[in-house]
Amino acid sequence: MSPRAAWRLEGLGFSPVYDYVPGKVDWFAAGLPKEGKLAEIPTVGEAARPDVPMCSSEEKASEVWRRTEAAGWDRCVVVNEERIVLGLLRDKDPGADPEATVEEAMRLGPTTFRPDTPVEKVAERMRKRGVSAVLVTSSDGKLVGVLYRDDAERVVGVQL
Amino acid sequence: MPKAVFRDEVRRIVEEQGAQLVEVLPREEYEDEHLPGAINISLKELDAQTTAGLRKEAPVIVYCYDYL
Repeated sequence: MSPRAAWRLEGLGFSPVYDYVPGKVDWFAAGLPKEGKLAEIPTVGEAARPDVPMCSSEEKASEVWRRTEAAGWDRCVVVNEERIVLGLLRDKDPGADPEATVEEAMRLGPTTFRPDTPVEKVAERMRKRGVSAVLVTSSDGKLVGVLYRDDAERVVGVQL
Repeated sequence: MPKAVFRDEVRRIVEEQGAQLVEVLPREEYEDEHLPGAINISLKELDAQTTAGLRKEAPVIVYCYDYL
């Protein structure tokens, strides 16, 4: 639809005309601001904690875990230099080998949600599946933060 | 010829060149949610009269829902 609109506008004398091909789905999935009726509905992007610890896959898992615990967190997100999520490190993952790398210890393919997903929907899924936290990533896989079920339920509770 | 752009470029063109955002979906979809500052002119209503409020000297960025 937007390519036809772009050509139409050029025909009407506008220049330059750009076509944002991926459209508003792409914009909202990146957690960028929106306007309109649905803008008032709390989203996981707003409820997520953006300061969750991060590490690279080359680091020693035991050292990463020590650092994570000292900072008061129960998980560390494994990302690359572009902040793309590669995995997740939880409490027992480092194992007994002090030399093991994060690559060897991490959990692959953690569940993620897009920032524009309504928090109420995710809170319900987390409650049903007994999940304590999920990652929030943009449509291109970049880490936005971690959403704890407690935070999600608090937001939903406030809404009710 | 219209140029395809992606998210980062959209943000840059809006910030640096004051581009005008136009959502070409029907009114109800626009009212639900749209990009900040965007106006709504549906594709079916896109003519000289409905675009009269747009500035000819500034870039225009059109968008709809997704790739389709």
